[in-house]
Amino acid sequence: MATLIFLFSAAALLQFFISYCRSLIAASIKQPLSAEVREVTGIESVASGDDFARVVQLLQLCPERPEDHGDIRAIGTYFRLLNFVRGTLARLIPALVAWTDMERGQCTYFAAVALERRIAFSRDMLAQQLDA
Amino acid sequence: MVSAVKKHSFRRYLCLNLYMLFSVIVSAARFQTLAQYGLHSKQYTYVYYYSDAVLTIFLYLALITLYLHVFDEMQVEKYVRLTALLLLAGTALFSYAVVQQSSHKMLTVFSYELSQNLYFVGLVLTYVLWGAILKLRETRTQLIQLVLSLGIYFSAFAATYALQNMYPSFSRSFSYVVPVFGCLLPLAWAYAFWRLSPDARMAPARLVVVPR
Repeated sequence: MATLIFLFSAAALLQFFISYCRSLIAASIKQPLSAEVREVTGIESVASGDDFARVVQLLQLCPERPEDHGDIRAIGTYFRLLNFVRGTLARLIPALVAWTDMERGQCTYFAAVALERRIAFSRDMLAQQLDA
Repeated sequence: MVSAVKKHSFRRYLCLNLYMLFSVIVSAARFQTLAQYGLHSKQYTYVYYYSDAVLTIFLYLALITLYLHVFDEMQVEKYVRLTALLLLAGTALFSYAVVQQSSHKMLTVFSYELSQNLYFVGLVLTYVLWGAILKLRETRTQLIQLVLSLGIYFSAFAATYALQNMYPSFSRSFSYVVPVFGCLLPLAWAYAFWRLSPDARMAPARLVVVPR
């Protein structure tokens, strides 16, 4: 009984986690990137999964916003999961390569949107300090 | 709860917020028992597992209100409430039957079994609700994220308790994992209330793992 419950729960956890991460990405994908962030991140028209690590490094240079800490970590975990699928399952099922590449690119776009928010947050903080 | 009040969503998701308030009170009671009797005392074990069972039942009620949100245009409120009542009574009866049969192993395997069953029923209910969201093409982003985070919470706990039940000798290692999972739901709900507008929409078909 416990084994069955474990197998079903683990499968459901994976499914809910992927859908949750995609809902986070879908909520941010509509937001256009400013020219400044495009230039900094090197994202021209379509974001590539290969830029994810670099965009996250840029994110870490900005002051942290408490409200986006959890979702960035969730997307980071999702990105690692996609890398794992790309390195294992996608070798057996070639159709998965295109899917993981698209998803990894969207993770990068999500990180770039978070970077844009952090830059705006830093500017607000600086403006408040100057006013004070 | 603070996020919901600030973003004027407290009344819209009243049961979810009451659950969070209740879980804060339960955490304080647990801490009081822990400080008074110690981690390995019978009192703390009883308070921990039985408050966990009560909290899970409260979470069922919160989940039922999410069902009402999804089905609000179908005028089936009466049936949802009746089904919820029957399910709650069924779970209570089942748990009572288990207690009767396993009174000799109270506080050990039984507490894991009870929690595992409660979380598993919660997971099945959330899974059915997610299916209904996809079928009815529910588009409210906030509602979708609340349901998905509840699904992650229930499945993570059900899997952890099942593993504990399968390998009781490793239960000490799981004691570090459970508090981490416990933080998932408040964080995800706070994000959903804080960041998302109640009017934000998305296509749920984009979220499924296997495209339809």
